[in-house]
Amino acid sequence: MLAIIDYKAGNLTSVKRALDYLEIPNKITASAQDILQSRGIIFPGVGAAGSAMQHLQKTHLGKVLKEAVAKDIPLLGICLGCQIILDFSEENKTHTLGLIPGKCLRFQEDLTEEDGSPINIPHMGWNQVTLKKDCLLFEGIEPEAEFYFVHSYYPAPEKEFILGTSFYGLEFCSVLGRENLWAVQFHPEKSGRPGLTLLKNFYNYVRSK
Amino acid sequence: MLSKRIIPCLDVRDGKLTKGIKFKDNVDIGDPVETAKIYYEQGADEIVFYDITASHEGRSIMLKVVEKVAAQIFIPFSVGGGISSIEDMRAVLLAGAEKISINSAAVKNPSLISEGAEAFGSQCIVVGMDVLNVPVSSQIPSGYEVVIHGGRKPMGIDALWWAQEVEKLGAGEICLNSIDADGTKEGYELTLTRLIAENVRIPVIASGGAGHPEHMVEAVSKGKASAALIASIIHYGEWSIPEIKKYMHNQGVKVRLVW
Repeated sequence: MLAIIDYKAGNLTSVKRALDYLEIPNKITASAQDILQSRGIIFPGVGAAGSAMQHLQKTHLGKVLKEAVAKDIPLLGICLGCQIILDFSEENKTHTLGLIPGKCLRFQEDLTEEDGSPINIPHMGWNQVTLKKDCLLFEGIEPEAEFYFVHSYYPAPEKEFILGTSFYGLEFCSVLGRENLWAVQFHPEKSGRPGLTLLKNFYNYVRSK
Repeated sequence: MLSKRIIPCLDVRDGKLTKGIKFKDNVDIGDPVETAKIYYEQGADEIVFYDITASHEGRSIMLKVVEKVAAQIFIPFSVGGGISSIEDMRAVLLAGAEKISINSAAVKNPSLISEGAEAFGSQCIVVGMDVLNVPVSSQIPSGYEVVIHGGRKPMGIDALWWAQEVEKLGAGEICLNSIDADGTKEGYELTLTRLIAENVRIPVIASGGAGHPEHMVEAVSKGKASAALIASIIHYGEWSIPEIKKYMHNQGVKVRLVW
């Protein structure tokens, strides 16, 4: 069973719908027991870093997540969940979970797209990911595949944790991680077949472990 | 770099498509869920449902449609038509839509935009604008006027002013429909599209007038739009989404080619 962490941060049901469609057993939960006994964890979220962290601290879910990661339960962070596994976010100047060293930064207004037009913030729409290292989550996904992004802040982990990057005004990290701990800035649950393949790859890894 | 989006629009009344969709093999489909699924599989980047149901019962039928779509389609989709309160927005988003689109209700009650953005995030709030070409005046300095109720009611509001206003209020996107171009199949209103797209920092979806993939190319190049809304050009089998994308790609437009 995959545990989808319920921390009142946005639309968790879209992740659940994708997992249900893939017939992957899952449960939206905020229970420490569920999370620590799960085979794998999905840490989604949309919204602001500040209020998300407040909720994680108040409910001790932050501590539970750290414990789960220390136990090597595989975890996949998505969007806000990708950002707050780092140490610090510029959004609301928030100290975040610190599961991977790095910061989360805001896109600067004066950046331009490759065709010279000023970027809109948030970065919203379909964009490609260039892998910098092998990543089992991308098995069977074409290099030209695109993923659906919606975000104003981007993760900037320490270099050794960068698995893939995308370009929007600048090259930024869109996939990060290490063994048993991955995070993607885009929404695999809204990225069509390539996104569903990524979720399936995560589950296949969880099952094989 | 972001790909330019191709967005099919489906008109729904009482849970059915207002007109049957004819695919190339001449199969007529009246079910919005099935049609959306086909467009999803053909590479649509997003889907817009426009609910023209008037009755209260019809509204709950639409929510059922949204739930069914959300269980089978894993790209963003938005729902517009008849949404006039935060509760309406919440119901549609909880049923699984990624975005909601408001048009007349936003003109009548602009605070709906800011309240929606506050409650659900700007990325959820699309403001639809129906715009008519009018003589330049002190009231309408751009020569483009906002109209509501499907173009029947001029509002005395300048379209450029309104676009910048909805951005300030927290809209995440503008869907810009030219009443003059709508239904002509002669192309999008490029002057209008460019005027709005160059003067806001949120994405503009061009709408109205698509009859050939070249029109989509123009909308995103000359018109500077981020996306193009399409309807009859694909509904009646003249062009398919893969053909349109291939055409745009060959003209040098970045579009999503793997799905």
